[in-house]
Amino acid sequence: MPHIIKDGEIIDDGWLLMRLKEGLPAPAPDAAEQADVIIPLSLWRDSAEWRERTAGRTGVWLGADEAPDLFPGDWNDFPLVAVDFPAFTDGRGYSIGRLLRERYNYAGELRAIGDVWKDQLAFLWQVGFNAFEIKHGKPVEDALAALKSFTGHYQSTWRQPEPLFRRGIK
Amino acid sequence: MYRYNDIDRELVDQRVAQFRDQTERFLAGELDDEEFRPLRLMNGLYIQRHAPMLRVAIPYGHLNSVQLRTLAEIARRWDRGYGHFTTRQNIQFNWPKLADVPDILALLATVEMHAIQTSGNCVRNTTTDAFAGVAADELLDPRPWCEIIRQWSTLHPEFAYLPRKFKIAVSGSVEDRAATRVHDIGLQVVRNAAGETGFRVLVGGGLGRTPVIGEVIREFLPAPHLLTYLDAVLRVYNRFGRRDNKYKARIKILVKAMTVEGFAAKVDDEWQHLKDGPSTLRAEDIAHFSSFFVDPDYHLKPGAHGDLAQQAGEDRGFARWLERNTRPHKEPGYRSVVLSLKKTGVPPGDITAEQMEAAADWAERFGFGELRVTHEQNLVLPDVREADLHALWLLAREAGFATPNIGLLTDIICCPGGDFCSLANAKSIPVAEAIQQTFADMDYLHDLGEIELNMSGCMNACGHHHIGHIGILGVDKNGEEWYQITLGGQQGEQAALGKVIGPSFARARIPEVIAELLQVYVALRQEGERFVDTVHRTGIAPFKEKVYAAHH
Ligand code: SF4
Repeated sequence: MPHIIKDGEIIDDGWLLMRLKEGLPAPAPDAAEQADVIIPLSLWRDSAEWRERTAGRTGVWLGADEAPDLFPGDWNDFPLVAVDFPAFTDGRGYSIGRLLRERYNYAGELRAIGDVWKDQLAFLWQVGFNAFEIKHGKPVEDALAALKSFTGHYQSTWRQPEPLFRRGIK
Repeated sequence: MYRYNDIDRELVDQRVAQFRDQTERFLAGELDDEEFRPLRLMNGLYIQRHAPMLRVAIPYGHLNSVQLRTLAEIARRWDRGYGHFTTRQNIQFNWPKLADVPDILALLATVEMHAIQTSGNCVRNTTTDAFAGVAADELLDPRPWCEIIRQWSTLHPEFAYLPRKFKIAVSGSVEDRAATRVHDIGLQVVRNAAGETGFRVLVGGGLGRTPVIGEVIREFLPAPHLLTYLDAVLRVYNRFGRRDNKYKARIKILVKAMTVEGFAAKVDDEWQHLKDGPSTLRAEDIAHFSSFFVDPDYHLKPGAHGDLAQQAGEDRGFARWLERNTRPHKEPGYRSVVLSLKKTGVPPGDITAEQMEAAADWAERFGFGELRVTHEQNLVLPDVREADLHALWLLAREAGFATPNIGLLTDIICCPGGDFCSLANAKSIPVAEAIQQTFADMDYLHDLGEIELNMSGCMNACGHHHIGHIGILGVDKNGEEWYQITLGGQQGEQAALGKVIGPSFARARIPEVIAELLQVYVALRQEGERFVDTVHRTGIAPFKEKVYAAHH
């Protein structure tokens, strides 16, 4: 089972991530498949079968160009929402994560997937991500340490809504 | 001046530790070039022609004497004894070794300095008027706002990986000396009819490949909402700015694509959600930040006019320096002094370790221990008693700091160009020197009056050539260095982009071309008219005629 970082610990993770292959039709859910699957948000919207699937749990992932308002329902109906980082220098997912937490009040697991490794973790954590699937080939233990890179922040973030100047630290 | 608290200090120390780890992983082969690149850039480290270049942040151009001495120490220990001030009021070192950079940063941290976000696709050092707080024409002091923005932008977790670099400038005076119209966001501190402080917000200005003058998206943003509004602008940009083409990734392109009205509306939508949130500035917060920028005790060193008029009358050199290199101060009996880093034969903006130490001494002896860096790449002693000016002038002259050319043709604003920068199409430093040599006659220079000459070694426009009254841009023509000339650019309230006068010139001809342009000006100028005003009145045609006529 692959390791991911969740809530500051390295854990075994059973979720399967489904990425659609270009040009191929999206697969229908297998009634016998009991695994927990993270499917693209677009597939959730397009497929009643996926929406009604009961064999295992179903989470969704958003691309960096997908807006959280694309989903009209309650994000809290999902046990897991993931956001894709197509490149580690692509910062759109930070805004998406923050919006999911702050504007859509999503309280479940928020997972960063894609080109995700050590040096992004501290900021991803601040904007609301609590789970990180570290890119294949990058050390997971080493990445874990990065969550503690910074003990303070100036800004208002999801983790610490009061900015430094309001916390009376002069 | 702002002083660090424990959290500021801890953050900078932790950033040094993080960067040390990143550098070690790179040197150990755990990070490849592509991976390390954005990480090092975000900490001001470029790989240059000769060695890495480290750019150190000087927040809104403010320095104290202790910091300047530390910069001198860095120049001596890890560089070749000098540094280079940039058009963003920062300082660059051109010769450090990569493995030494974490130690340099650790030393900087001891004097409350760092290299955070001096490059990379993130919010850069906020800039302002170098005479903030002391200028005679100041309406509102921009510095507390600069510090508020510095803290907000430093290690902002949501905006570390923007589509492209992002620059903010703040101005609070009659004359806009911060170039707010050519920044991604320009903020003009203003007061509304009810007497409340706020900001006129401009977006989408910028130089570079596609120069654009910024446009107003909000006439009056009440001060308490500054940070929530900035969050809204940045979020719209972060989410919707183009990432597929780095030449189209600046906010100005997004603003164009959405139209100014469309962009402003989108920001407003976003802002409605953030407005009045926890980042709203309360009166006590503003008072807290303002408390760092109170006036020094000018009475401790009572101003005296001395015999300034007499000294100037007796010494023409001093009179000239007084006229060009000092500026009116809001406090009677004081002036601000500009130490010229535009001596012929020295690359514009370069400063030696000895000069840094001398300037630090003078800041303590004649002022209150503070200095400023201007975006024209000079150094300022903000508070000097008029009675001390003559003594300071003598010392500055000795140290090669007193060329009386501030605002004149030879006060050239110039990027490092092909001598250092790996992106350059052409060299800029030797061209600047050739021009300075051609115009060595001080009488003629003073007669020509105010002329801003800006030069960049490539389209990235680090020398801000578009807003030079005369702009020079290095271009590549079949592997040779050529130079394109623009006329009529201007910074400030009347910001304008220069117009290209025609085909580019070989390097050797540049001084002659400049001389011809100035002959036209002298022939056409009206009483009291500056070069750039003549250009705007007559258009570029007469200038063009002259420089292209004789050579066909
Ligand atoms: S303008 Fe071009 S040549 Fe000059 S410093 Fe910038 S990138 Fe380098």
